[in-house]
Amino acid sequence: MAEELKLFRTWSSPYSLRVVHALKIKGLEYETIFEDLSSKSASLLQYNPVNKKVPVLVHNGKAICESLVILEYIDETWKQCPLLPRDPYEKAKARFWAKFGDEKLSSSIWNVLISQGKEQEEAIAAAVQNLKLIEEQLQEKKFFGGEKIGYLDIAFGWTANLISILEEIIDLKLVDEEKLPLLSAWMQNFSDDPVIKQCWPPRDKLVVKFQAMRESNLKTVLSQ
Amino acid sequence: MAATTSDEKLLGLWASPYTTRVQLALKLKSIEYEFIQENLQNKSELLLQTNPVHKKIPVFIHGDKPICESLIIIQYIDDTWTNGPSILPSDPYDRAMARFWAAYIDDKWFPLLKELGGAQGDEARASIVEKIFEGLVLLEEAFVKCSKGKALFGGDNVGYLDIALGCFLGWIKATEIMTGIKWLDETKIPGLVGWAERLCSDSSVKDVLPEAQKLVELYTMSAGLEKGVSN
Repeated sequence: MAEELKLFRTWSSPYSLRVVHALKIKGLEYETIFEDLSSKSASLLQYNPVNKKVPVLVHNGKAICESLVILEYIDETWKQCPLLPRDPYEKAKARFWAKFGDEKLSSSIWNVLISQGKEQEEAIAAAVQNLKLIEEQLQEKKFFGGEKIGYLDIAFGWTANLISILEEIIDLKLVDEEKLPLLSAWMQNFSDDPVIKQCWPPRDKLVVKFQAMRESNLKTVLSQ
Repeated sequence: MAATTSDEKLLGLWASPYTTRVQLALKLKSIEYEFIQENLQNKSELLLQTNPVHKKIPVFIHGDKPICESLIIIQYIDDTWTNGPSILPSDPYDRAMARFWAAYIDDKWFPLLKELGGAQGDEARASIVEKIFEGLVLLEEAFVKCSKGKALFGGDNVGYLDIALGCFLGWIKATEIMTGIKWLDETKIPGLVGWAERLCSDSSVKDVLPEAQKLVELYTMSAGLEKGVSN
């Protein structure tokens, strides 16, 4: 049966990028529909009526939403190049850290972007502490998944891309090679992977986007 | 460290719906375990060691392996004890639906119930009440889709979503008593009302769900119950 795969995404959404990475690693053909979130398409609203967000993967007409749910769906449906570990405990740990990444880590990184001065110093300290916890999960492996990119690498992938952009905008180093050597190496290895490399959104556009986010959030704080 | 009597331990709170989730999963798989009631005002060494990142309950300890976060624990139990009934559906799309709705319940819907507790003023309360009902209507649709005409979210048997939502039934009923609002209204969500009745009388569930009246007493006694209770 011919598989029909569609991915609703935006050019910059790191959550959408996770799905792109998984589909490419599995060698799957799919159609991309780029959304403009200020003017959502009827299809997106039909496929994701609850959250009205990207990414949405549509497989033979059935919609799957929420990037981590989509990753597990892809892994369970197409068995080549497994993403999640086989062992139940390793799987549980991968899921735990992916959730940590999406909750504690990402909000601490966001706080660094939208703050300045003393507040930013505190935000950086908190973010670095979270990054250290992530680094501990790497141990001496090349990737979180071991020798190959796996679920947790894809889940953390946004850090490999966006942290350096944040660093450029605030002109401060967050992932210092000396303080976070393993994480630093991982970011390089992940970014250099040929499958991942071809998917990064245009860097200059991302810098502009995040710079604008920083400015509008700082302005809001100052006017309060 | 004290001598262990059981290979399976659960650190939790009897009143926490997230602890209830794990207890339901363990009961379904007929797993014997030691329950360790935590005191969140004075967290045990064991809790701090096994969940250093969040310092929250529930934590399920299997041998020397601690697993945290209730939904992750349930999946671990399902992956590890494979000779009992399956908790997650077998079809990948059905599994994705179950995971999606469980995430919706935790990230979007249950926080509204907690918000209601802290709401100031009639307008604020009314707005949250409306959102809770809207959420229940969505969950009603989810029930219709997932149950496919059968008794429970999991079909004939208690499944992942039955646990993910069912764990809140004690608190939903307790909130009905305390606010006078009928959440389980058969004119609005008939499917879910029928589901709740069937689930509460299921032999695997009925002795595990905390009683609504006991939760009301607890709530009125201690205002800071939610402090330290994890997902």
